[in-house]
Amino acid sequence: MTAVASSIEEPLTIFERSRPGRRAFSPPPLDVPRRSLDELLPGHLRRAQPPRLPEVSEPEIVRHYTRLSKRNFDLDSGFYPLGSCTMKHNPRLHERVAALPGHARLHPLQRPERAQGALELMWRLQSALGEISGLPHVSLQPSAGSHGELAGVLLTRAYHEDRGERRTKVLTPDTAHGTNPATVTMAGYEVVKVGTDPDGNVDLDDLRAKASEDVACLMLTNPSTLGLFEPAVAEIAEIVHGVGATLYYDGANLNAIMGICRPGDMGFDIVHFNLHKTFTQPHGGGGPGAGPIAVSNRIEPFLPRPQVVRSDGHNGDRPGYGLDFDRPKSIGRLRGFQGNYGVFVRTYAYIRSLGAEGLRDVSETAVLNANYLLARLRSLGVLEQLPVAYDRLCMHEFTLSGAPMRRDLRIRTLDLAKRLLDFGVHPPTVYFPLLVDEALLIEPTETETRETLDAFAEIVAEILREAAGDPEIARGAPYTTPVRRLDEARAARRPVLKQEL
Amino acid sequence: MTEYTSVTDADRREMLDAIGVACVEDLFADVPQALRLAHGLELDRGRSEQEVYAELRELAARNVSTEDELSFVGAGMYDNYVPALIDALISRAEFLTPYTPYQPEVSQGGLQAMFEYQTAICELTGLPVSNASVYEAPSAVAAAGYIAKHFTERRRFVVSRGVHPHAIETLRTLAHGWEMDVCEADLSDGLTSLPALDDDVAAVIVAQPNFLGAVEDLAELAAAAHEAGALCIASCDPIALSLLRSPGECGVDIAVGEGQTLGNRLDFGGPSFGFFAVSEPLTRRVPGRIAGETVDLDGRRGFVLTLQTREQHIRRERATSNICTAQALNALAGVIYLSWLGRQGFTELGELLVQRTAYARERLAALPGVELLHAQPVFREFAVTLEAPVERVIERCLRQGVNPGYPLAAHYPEHPRGLLVAITELRDAADIDRLAAVLGEAVAAEAEAGASDRSGSLEQVRS
Repeated sequence: MTAVASSIEEPLTIFERSRPGRRAFSPPPLDVPRRSLDELLPGHLRRAQPPRLPEVSEPEIVRHYTRLSKRNFDLDSGFYPLGSCTMKHNPRLHERVAALPGHARLHPLQRPERAQGALELMWRLQSALGEISGLPHVSLQPSAGSHGELAGVLLTRAYHEDRGERRTKVLTPDTAHGTNPATVTMAGYEVVKVGTDPDGNVDLDDLRAKASEDVACLMLTNPSTLGLFEPAVAEIAEIVHGVGATLYYDGANLNAIMGICRPGDMGFDIVHFNLHKTFTQPHGGGGPGAGPIAVSNRIEPFLPRPQVVRSDGHNGDRPGYGLDFDRPKSIGRLRGFQGNYGVFVRTYAYIRSLGAEGLRDVSETAVLNANYLLARLRSLGVLEQLPVAYDRLCMHEFTLSGAPMRRDLRIRTLDLAKRLLDFGVHPPTVYFPLLVDEALLIEPTETETRETLDAFAEIVAEILREAAGDPEIARGAPYTTPVRRLDEARAARRPVLKQEL
Repeated sequence: MTEYTSVTDADRREMLDAIGVACVEDLFADVPQALRLAHGLELDRGRSEQEVYAELRELAARNVSTEDELSFVGAGMYDNYVPALIDALISRAEFLTPYTPYQPEVSQGGLQAMFEYQTAICELTGLPVSNASVYEAPSAVAAAGYIAKHFTERRRFVVSRGVHPHAIETLRTLAHGWEMDVCEADLSDGLTSLPALDDDVAAVIVAQPNFLGAVEDLAELAAAAHEAGALCIASCDPIALSLLRSPGECGVDIAVGEGQTLGNRLDFGGPSFGFFAVSEPLTRRVPGRIAGETVDLDGRRGFVLTLQTREQHIRRERATSNICTAQALNALAGVIYLSWLGRQGFTELGELLVQRTAYARERLAALPGVELLHAQPVFREFAVTLEAPVERVIERCLRQGVNPGYPLAAHYPEHPRGLLVAITELRDAADIDRLAAVLGEAVAAEAEAGASDRSGSLEQVRS
């Protein structure tokens, strides 16, 4: 192997590329009288040595990070059916409009009368999200889905406290995303798990048994993390409301139902949106996102501060937009400033591009694609080794179990996932939901073509055939990636979390 | 079919046949009829790309950005120069479009960038462990408080009034759910003045420099916290850490801060990132993602997400936090920015800011009707008191195309005429001279207006 190839294969860190004296930045000239630094910042407040940042030139930085980028799989390059994550195409228009200086270089503390375009955009987005969810009052502030969950549980607490009630428990189904129980603890409540019935729905008897006057809230994902719609959602709402608790909608799976049905109409009090899932904010390799919430009338007084508000224009003037801090019952702030505005710009552009019919088409196509992919896998015999966890029509995603595959072919779901990498496909979500043995959660999204779905089904069938011949191939996979399987146990046992310089 | 989907009528027909249903509607059989939307969403029709662009451009045009005025507003986010290479690199699809690196074999680029970022943050903060970033600074302060709550099992936070007001408010929001008290420590001549600390204090929370721009003696504050058995949490301006003693060296246990100023856009407040670094004993209590180095089957160096037993997908209700994301793309911009500045450049930038800020502070303090709010050392932001109603003075300056700073009255009622002025490397000596001229004129004009109208109307303008 040549030196060039090996340096591409095992890139150095930017710190290892550092050589004394190299630089990329040339500072603007000092154009004010120079004062002694000791006079401005006394020595005991200053550091003795500058931080040992890399010393590299601009071309090196560009090449280094360009090479690093080529060691990533990305959505533009291939199919990414990562269940629960809604890896849909990221329209490039959104990047263009978010970069307009009027948005990108707007200071968050700009006076509202000088940020009318931004506030109006936020107000219009609030209205659109309110319409999509069927819950009229929206706060855009939370930074991520789990942050929206935290907002929702704190709103629930404020709601009960305002009524003079002290409740201690929050119910979450055993299929819930891990963030749900973690959020409950962080908001100072105790988690109580609700079981799943043989059809994959919330176990109503278990729910009835656990719904008591101590319960503050039920957090529900619908469609569930199994990709199934809860047919008895109205009854669930009745049970929960019957004990005076609130009903929280985890919006991770909203992509299945836009324009078809609405959480507000199902009886939910609070919903969070994942703008980085349903509304195409690029995931950025793990953030940024945004997790706005929408709530019913009874929860509205407690929404975070500040709220974007509109006042009618006088004498035919435009309406005015402002930030309302005067909300005495508000839970307060959840973060700095007004939220991830750059994400709002992209989301708003997406909603404007698609409109009401387009959003409905998104959800219909997402559900069509998921069911079609399931049908293709079935017709290829894949489901004999990877049976669907609950055999019904799915919504935008579905869950398979790799238990028979493990037993008969002696490869695990993890092996299948790793082998998929060699075929240029990002694996589905694996080992979630927890209640499905060797789970595989597959979400194709609406932006994939039928040909892509066909090809994926063929690849899975091929890997199973291959494993029937020789399971070691999948067990040793991947082979074609920049690195092979990594020793995660070692990383956790002897953590190396930074470079020693 | 929309511009982002590709199922033709023929495709749909065949796909439905393969599924074994007659129409798309049948796929939603589990959705009770009573819950189905009868008339569709009440939203406008979809628009063409060029129409949407025009609309978003029109909205942008109704904002006054830092390109449209000479702005000296900081107060937590700064109009720094973002070098062109950041735009080019972070818009690469390989960085822009992937999810969290769940499959490390095909995510080495993002994971290594996280590892490099963590290394850079450890260098800045002087602390041994950094995560891969959290949402932004104020929520990072609250997340740090959550660590202190569990680590000390105590019930009170003492937070300096020099901490960003949004961070204090965010901490209060969360502390309520934890049934913990938040006590504010006053500022005295610009610096935090700690009260006597009881043995129920979980953490002393301070900012460096503080909200009024003053550089605190972090070592002293950390020592006081430790004496009481509390942790010390410092929210730091990362650019100021180019010159200031690192929080780690000062004994701080958890250093957090706002990453916007490291190569990220203002974006009207987000997305940016919060950095989060801790001392060794707190390693396994850190929220969010952490990248770690390891080897693959063939012994090659590689990177993975690690210490995941802290996290909610494994630990669920016993997780150390509910945070399950970083701000990976923003943090990537951060580490690229720090590499671009480099070891020498970072210090040079820090010195330039300190010199220009000192110049600006002197120029403004020399104006009639303008006084320094405190005389403490500052880095790139300082506070003044005007002998005229601040809002009116600002109005006058805005008419001249100058936004002179952020008024302090809303957060500091004791400083009804306080103004916080921020300097970035984009504001040169001529800009500062212009600020001095415009602000001086505005203060003089308002002072004169006040003198001719002593009816107390000034007080009404206090916001």
